[in-house]
Amino acid sequence: MPIPRRHFDALIIGAGGAGLNAALRLASAELRVAVVSKVFPTRSHTVAAQGGVNAALANVLPDHWHWHMFDTVKGSDYLGDQDAIETMCREAIPTVYELEHAGVPFSRLENGKIYQRAFGGQSQQFGGEQAARTCAAADRTGHAILHTLYQQNIRARTHFFDEYFAIDLIRDSEGVVLGALVLGIEDGEPLVIAAKTTLLATGGYGQVFRTNTNAFINTGDGMAMALRAGIPLQDMEFYQFHPTGVAGKGMLITEAARGEGGYLVNADGERFMERYAPSARDLASRDVVARAIVSEIRAGRGCGAQKDYVLLKVDHLGAEVVHQRLPGICDICRVFLGIDPAQAPIPVFPTAHYAMGGIPTDPQARVIMPARHGPEEVVPGLYAAGECACVSVHGANRLGGNSLLDILVFGRAAGQDILRYVSENPHHRPLTDEDIEPGLARLQRWARRGDGERVSVIKAELRKLMEDHCGVFRDQETMSHGVAKLTALRERLDIVRLQDHSQVFNTARIEALELDNLLDVGTATLMAALAREESRGAHSRVDFPERDDTHWLKHSLYSLSEDRIDYKPVRTKPISVDSFPPKPRVY
Amino acid sequence: MKIRVYRFHPERDQTPRMQSFEVAARPGMMLREALLEIKALDESFAFRHSCGEGVCGSDSVNVNGRNCLACTTALADLQEPIEVRPLPGRPVIRDLIVDMSQFYDHYRAIKPYLIRTDPLPEHEIHQTPEARAKLDGLYECILCGCCSTACPSFWWNPERFHGPAALLQAWRFLADSRDQATDERLDALEGAYKLFRCHSIMNCVEVCPKGLNPTQAIGNIKELMLSQAL
Repeated sequence: MPIPRRHFDALIIGAGGAGLNAALRLASAELRVAVVSKVFPTRSHTVAAQGGVNAALANVLPDHWHWHMFDTVKGSDYLGDQDAIETMCREAIPTVYELEHAGVPFSRLENGKIYQRAFGGQSQQFGGEQAARTCAAADRTGHAILHTLYQQNIRARTHFFDEYFAIDLIRDSEGVVLGALVLGIEDGEPLVIAAKTTLLATGGYGQVFRTNTNAFINTGDGMAMALRAGIPLQDMEFYQFHPTGVAGKGMLITEAARGEGGYLVNADGERFMERYAPSARDLASRDVVARAIVSEIRAGRGCGAQKDYVLLKVDHLGAEVVHQRLPGICDICRVFLGIDPAQAPIPVFPTAHYAMGGIPTDPQARVIMPARHGPEEVVPGLYAAGECACVSVHGANRLGGNSLLDILVFGRAAGQDILRYVSENPHHRPLTDEDIEPGLARLQRWARRGDGERVSVIKAELRKLMEDHCGVFRDQETMSHGVAKLTALRERLDIVRLQDHSQVFNTARIEALELDNLLDVGTATLMAALAREESRGAHSRVDFPERDDTHWLKHSLYSLSEDRIDYKPVRTKPISVDSFPPKPRVY
Repeated sequence: MKIRVYRFHPERDQTPRMQSFEVAARPGMMLREALLEIKALDESFAFRHSCGEGVCGSDSVNVNGRNCLACTTALADLQEPIEVRPLPGRPVIRDLIVDMSQFYDHYRAIKPYLIRTDPLPEHEIHQTPEARAKLDGLYECILCGCCSTACPSFWWNPERFHGPAALLQAWRFLADSRDQATDERLDALEGAYKLFRCHSIMNCVEVCPKGLNPTQAIGNIKELMLSQAL
């Protein structure tokens, strides 16, 4: 039986902030837009973002987008592309106003303006006093933004395919992306969505690490689809460990806890960040704070019976501030730890959180890759935005509050450029049965019957392996062992069999398809990390402790089919201002 | 620990059944983790879940007769034998997964978005902290459906009564000082069913995992209607 086909101007895969902001732009311009999401849109992981979104509104302290840009470049350890960073920091201001107009219930100042709080890595005057740049809706900013964007898409009558899983991109022989093969989760039937343009907005892949702050759905689906379509992934060695995950459990405790005045202490009760970052202290960049915590624990100054965590104190701020400014954190502490943070300190440990790397794009969110004429050729018809993309605004380390900003600015940019592309390319290109074959083969692989290994076993081993061999501190020996284990695990994947071959809401099959994706993005991460012989941002090599701008001020590109890493230069030239040249990074 | 879960597979079963599993409980273990262990034993067992911390609203289920989120429900707080069923009153797709379409339709029907007719300023629309505080307890809804599927009025009139979740959001926009569609919103809620089938049974307040109060919100809408009518 032929696979049914639907036709749209734009296909958006993923219904988090990036996908929904792009969809809103397109649906408002009367394009036919399909949003495919494996969960109901408000279940997307943007919902879990807590602290806020950065924009130099200067509502609380003096600010300027250029200062924001400096902080972002420095935070990226100079690996971020400065043209993209300039775009993001300039656009931040109208973007936040646009969100507010759309209905986001931001917290407010006495004068009625949007409330802004201090966050890590923020400064006034290019490295001076602490800034207050993070616009917040209490500590539920992601929830407020995601729900508002979904609501506005209801108004704009966007077409949603809820609970559809994207299997693979469809690319023709000339390399043009024609849409995607998707699977209806409820009916178990494949469907071709033919589209003039396709936006990948599938988010991150924190599930590749055992302890993480991410949702179960964050399995790197879009990144792995890009890899399988022959597109390399950029800067995958840079994975952020958030300093304050709930110890042993992983739930995120927002940086806003420290932004509001909280601080970390070790077993001696010492505010140890003073030794690691004398001026910014607890509001140093995340990579710096995460390493400091691990170093304290390795030096035997961890808290608890196992000495395996440190404490985050906010109890000195008073119950009113804690309960009003951080209500979500109070919920998490009450439910999962049985404590009230206004009374007792929170046990925390660095936890896998965010991918700086991803699908390479330009500032219009067009996917780019090395091709005939140079290292940055546009892949026609394909876009990527948000955590799955690498534009690259975060470089080697992302600043808190820049992730919500990234998804909004570049989701919107994708929408803008898709409008242009569709007006210039108004017709669908022919889509043949052969174009669908690779995607169908991936689906049919999981129809193989018989005894074999279990998906859950391979997944658990992968997660353990990545945590043990590709964590906060890395070295050649540990990672080489990791690669050997990963190679063995990939071989075992071939003998994994599903026991459940039913059609209706077969979640086991979805998890198998996700396992394919996790293995691919895990491989990209470990291979890129092993190759980079320097320490920069979140990538910290014990055997190469220094940043090496002479040899390594460049982006990595991992391609799966050739299992190879290429490099391309960092775009150090902004659009309208002078470059920020690399300097030693001190907080 | 013994956990009985509701099983129904439309390709295989004529009628639903309960199936028992033995799960080794660990200190601090949540129901979601127990369901994941059951899934590791039997991969055909199906339920929705994602964030694991009570913000995505995916894993709402009925446990020992009460609606809750599996991820924020501690096993230690439950009485054995633990019985886990799908949310009541909704068509079951498979095991613990129900069809939520009607629930979402009601949400979409109340126009859950800010409506403004004035020209937009070049900066934010100003709102005082007091005006903003009126949205607390409303905007935090995660659309898990625990409330509406615990509401007898919603069971009896699922086509016509909007249900507590949608009405909470109706009030969220009526209460927003920035919204300019009060009359339109109130007019749309007229009639015997959409709003007025609420009889203040308060099951919604009882089960809301976020501690919200839809009954109060519905009362506020009725009051506003009355004051507008006078």
